[in-house]
Amino acid sequence: MEGVPCRTSHGPALDSLVTATMSSKPVRRVDRVVIRFAGDSGDGMQLTGDRFTSETAALGNDLSTLPNFPAEIRAPQGTLPGVSSFQLHFADHDVLTPGDAPDVLVAMNPAALKANLADLPRGAMIIVNTDEFTKRNVAKVGYDVSPLEDDTLASWHVHAVGLTSITVSALADFDLSRKDKERAKNMFALGLLLWLYTRPTDGTEHFLKRKFADQPEILEANLAALRAGFNYGETTEDFAVTYEVAPAPMAPGTYRNITGNTALVYGLVSASHRTGLPIVLGSYPITPASDILHLLSSLKRHGVTTLQAEDEIAGVGAALGAAFGGAIGVTTTSGPGLALKSETIGLGVALELPLVVIDVQRGGPSTGLPTKTEQSDLLQAMFGRNGESPVAVVAPRSPGDCFDTAMEAVRIATTHRTPVLLLSDGYLANGSEPWRIPEVADLPDLQVDFATETNGVNDAGEPVFHPFLRDPETLARPWAVPGTAGLEHRIGGLEKADVTGNISYDPDNHDTMVRLRAEKIARIADRIPPLEVDDPDGDAEVLVLGWGSTYGPIAAATRLVRNTGAKVARAHLRHLNPMPANTGEVLRSYRRVIVPEMNLGQLALLLRAKFLVDVRGYNTVRGLPFKSVELADAIRETIAEPHDPTHPDTEVSR
Amino acid sequence: MTAQDLGMPRTGTDGVPRLPEDAPAQKKKDFTSDQEVRWCPGCGDYVILAAVQGFLPELGLKRENIVFVSGIGCSSRFPYYLNTYGMHSIHGRAPAIATGLATSRPDLSVWVITGDGDALSIGGNHLIHALRRNVNLKILLFNNKIYGLTKGQYSPTSEVGSVTKSTPVGSVDTPFNPVSLALGAEASFVARTMDSDRKHLTATLRAAAEHRGSALVEIYQNCPIFNDGAFQLLKDRDEAQARIIHLVDGEPVRAGEDHVVVRDATGSLSVVAEADADPADIVVHDAGAADPTRAFALSRLDDPSQRHVPMGIFRDVSRPTYDDLVRAQVDGAIASGGGPAGDADLTSLLHGKDTWTVSA
Ligand code: SF4
Repeated sequence: MEGVPCRTSHGPALDSLVTATMSSKPVRRVDRVVIRFAGDSGDGMQLTGDRFTSETAALGNDLSTLPNFPAEIRAPQGTLPGVSSFQLHFADHDVLTPGDAPDVLVAMNPAALKANLADLPRGAMIIVNTDEFTKRNVAKVGYDVSPLEDDTLASWHVHAVGLTSITVSALADFDLSRKDKERAKNMFALGLLLWLYTRPTDGTEHFLKRKFADQPEILEANLAALRAGFNYGETTEDFAVTYEVAPAPMAPGTYRNITGNTALVYGLVSASHRTGLPIVLGSYPITPASDILHLLSSLKRHGVTTLQAEDEIAGVGAALGAAFGGAIGVTTTSGPGLALKSETIGLGVALELPLVVIDVQRGGPSTGLPTKTEQSDLLQAMFGRNGESPVAVVAPRSPGDCFDTAMEAVRIATTHRTPVLLLSDGYLANGSEPWRIPEVADLPDLQVDFATETNGVNDAGEPVFHPFLRDPETLARPWAVPGTAGLEHRIGGLEKADVTGNISYDPDNHDTMVRLRAEKIARIADRIPPLEVDDPDGDAEVLVLGWGSTYGPIAAATRLVRNTGAKVARAHLRHLNPMPANTGEVLRSYRRVIVPEMNLGQLALLLRAKFLVDVRGYNTVRGLPFKSVELADAIRETIAEPHDPTHPDTEVSR
Repeated sequence: MTAQDLGMPRTGTDGVPRLPEDAPAQKKKDFTSDQEVRWCPGCGDYVILAAVQGFLPELGLKRENIVFVSGIGCSSRFPYYLNTYGMHSIHGRAPAIATGLATSRPDLSVWVITGDGDALSIGGNHLIHALRRNVNLKILLFNNKIYGLTKGQYSPTSEVGSVTKSTPVGSVDTPFNPVSLALGAEASFVARTMDSDRKHLTATLRAAAEHRGSALVEIYQNCPIFNDGAFQLLKDRDEAQARIIHLVDGEPVRAGEDHVVVRDATGSLSVVAEADADPADIVVHDAGAADPTRAFALSRLDDPSQRHVPMGIFRDVSRPTYDDLVRAQVDGAIASGGGPAGDADLTSLLHGKDTWTVSA
C-alpha cells in the first residue's frame, strides 16, 4: 500500500479508490489526515502550514491546527532547539484536536527529522529535503551516518526529494540570488502537499500576490516554486496516488478559519459594539498574548484605544482608570504578567469596577516555557491577590470559542461590576479552527446603564449619591462616571462603608463588605447556563470534566472510548468562578470523576474543596495538548476498575 | 512641530466643560467634601488642601469634570477631601491609572496627588513614563523627604546621612532631585513651590492647569511628626531671602538682594555677588527654552544644606500630548472610514478575507 496517510483508530478506514479529477493519478479517499510541517525557524513552516490550512478550510474540511515554535526568534540554524513546526489535522467529520501523531511529516532538514521522528507512528509518510542532509548538518544533530543512508527510517514510507535543488533549478531563469531562490523551497513543498491532498492553489496565489505586491520578481519566483511543487507530484513516479478528504458535514453558514487570539479580539470588539462603550486596552508585550495588542491596535476605526504601557502594572492600571471613566478596560498578558497585575486587580475588586483581564497561559513557573501551552494559572487567577478578593473566572474551550468567551467576560464585568479573568492558553492563542461567523444581529445585547441620579438622602434630607448602594438582585454597585453632575464621589482601596462608600475601619462593616463582595461574585451563577453533560445513554458511571483548551482532546478521547463500546460522560466548564449552580449535583451523580488538566490538579483541588467529591486528576505538563489516545486509555482503565469507594489514588496512571 | 500646528487643544483645560457664563461663581466650599480631614495637626497637607480648594473655583470648570487620582501615603488621602470625582488608588500607580482615564476622557481635568515615596520610589517608573509621554495630567508631588504614613523611614529625597527609623546610623543612598529627574524624563512643565507660600503655590497651580501636557509640581511640604523643619530655612523670612532663588520668566535670576546666577566658563551655573559678575554672564530665565539644559543646570543649584534653592517654573514648553495624539489616531481612523464603525463594518471585520459557505 502507498503509505498510510489516513488514520483509522476511531473506526474502519474509509479508503476507496475514486476516479481522479484534478490529477491523472488515482485518487484515494481518506477520512482524516494529520500533517506536520517541520523545519528550521527560518524555513517559513508557520506560513506554509497557514496556507495549507486556508486551502483546506476553503475545501470544507473540518480542521484544527497546532503551531509549535521555539522561544528564540532565530535559534542557531539547523539545530534541534531551532526546529519550528506546524501540525494540521483535517477530516471529513468534526475535528476535535490537532491530532495525536502525524500521518505525514515534512522534514526540511535533519534537525526537523530528528526532533519529530519519535512522534511518528510506524508506516507514516516522511517527505524529506535531501539537500540539507550534508555530512555537517547530519553531524550537527548527532547522527553518525545520514539517516537517509542507513536503516533508521526503514519503518516509515520515505519520499526523498531534493526540495532545495529542484526549487533552485525551477527558478533558473529568475534574476535572483541563489539564497532568494532557496527561500522559495517552502512554496515548493506546499505545492507538492497541495497536489498530494488534491487541494487548490488559487487561495495561496492570491495570498502571495497580496504579500509580494511590491516585489514582482519575488512574487513570480514564489508562484513558480508553488506550481513546480504541484507539478512535481503530478509527474514524478515517486508519488503514485493522491488523496482526497471530503468536506465535513457542518452546520450551514459562512465560515472562516480563526485563531484564539484573533477570536478574543473580535469578541472584545463585538462586545464594544453591543455595549456601546469603547475598548481601552492597556498592555505590555508578552508571549503568547502580544498578538491581541497588535490586532486591537489596528482596529481604531472601531473606537478601540490601545496603550502600550511601560510595564504590566501600568497596563492594567490604565485599563482600570479607563473603566472608572466608563470604558471597557481590558488588559492582556501571560502568567508572569498576571503576577505583576495582582495588586491592581485587587484594587478593581475593592473599587467594584468592570475590568477584563486576559491571561494567555504558558508554561511556568517564572519565565517557564514562553511559547508552550499550560493551564497552570487557574489558582493564580482564583487566589493570587491579598485579602478576600474574589473575581469572576472564565475560560474558552477552543480557538473559535474565544469569541463567545470574550463577550461573556465583558458581560459579566459590566453587569456585575467586577474584574473578570479570562484564561486562554498558548494552544488556543495560536491554534486555529473553522469558525462559523455569527450574524451581528444575533449577538447578545450588552446594554450598560450608568448611574445618572442620586440614590439617597443625607441626614439633612438632601439628595446624595451612595456609590455602594447595591442592586438588590446582583449586588452590583452603581457605575457613575466622571462628568455626571451631582454624583461626584470618591472610591479607593481602603475599606468602604456599606452604602455610603466613606472610609470605614469598623469591624462589622468590614465583615459585611467582605461577605457582600463574595456574594456578589457567587450570584453571577444565577445568570449562567447550567453545566451540560454529554452522556448519550444517560447511564455512564464515569464523568470526565475539563476546562479550557483540553475540550478537544477530552472530547476526542471520550469518542474513542465510546467507539469501543464503553460508557463515559463528559462535561466542560466555561465558568470557573463561580461555577454553574448544578456543578456539585453533576459531580455527585457519577461513581468516578476524572479531571484532565495541563497542570498538577488545580481544578481538581477546587472541586475537592468545594464539593467534597473525590475527583481524580489526569495531568500532563509537557507544553503540549493531551494525546487523546493516552487519555482514552486512562478513562478505560477507570471504567474497568472495580467499584471501591476507599480507593486512595488521586491521579489516574498514565 | 508644536501642538498648535496640529490644530490640537492648547490649554490644559481645553475640551473640559465649563460652567455657563451666568452660573453663580463656585466657592471653596463647593469643592470641600463632607469628610473629616485626618492629617496630623500642623501637617503641611492642610495648607495645600486649602490652597487647592481655594484655587479650583478659579478654573470655572464643571466640578463633575474634575478628577483627582492619588496613590498611597499621607498626601494621597487628598481626593477624599475634595468634592470632585476621585480615586485613592494603590502605591505608586496613580500616574498609570490617570493615563488611562485622561486618554479615554478628553472632557476631564485629571490631577494626580502623590508624594516623594509614592512617585519617586515605588512608582518611579510610572512617573517618568507619564512625563515623557506628556499626558495631560497635573501631578502634584508633595515632598516631605520622609515616609510619614509608615511612621518615619527615609525616602528617596532624604539627604544622605538621614537618621530615621530604618537608618539608625544614617542613610547612605544619594537622593533624587525631583526637578532634575522630571527634566531628564522629558517633562514639558516642571515647577517647585512650597506649602507655606499660598500665593506662590496658587500661582504655580494656575500655570500648571494652563499647561497642556504633563505638569509636575514639586511642593515642599512639612511633616511636623517625622521630619519637622525640613524646610525651615526656606520659611524663615531672614534666611529665605538669601536662599530662595525665585525663577521669573524673562528676568535675571537673582539669589537674594545682592547675588545673581551666572554661567561660568564650563557652562555650569553658580551664584556670585552681583558686584563681581560680568552682566553678560548673568542668566536670564527662559522657561520656554526648547533645550532643557539650562533648566536642568538651575535645578542643580540645589544642595542639601539648602544654601540656594530655586523655586518657580523651571520649564514650560509646548509639545503634543500623548492623549491628544492617541485620540487623534482613533478619530482619524473613524473619519477616514466614513464615521464610526457600524454593524456592517463589524460584519466585514468578522468575515476577514477568506471565508467559505456551507449551505443547508
Ligand atoms: S505623618 Fe507627617 S505627612 Fe503624614 S499626616 Fe502626619 S504630619 Fe502629615
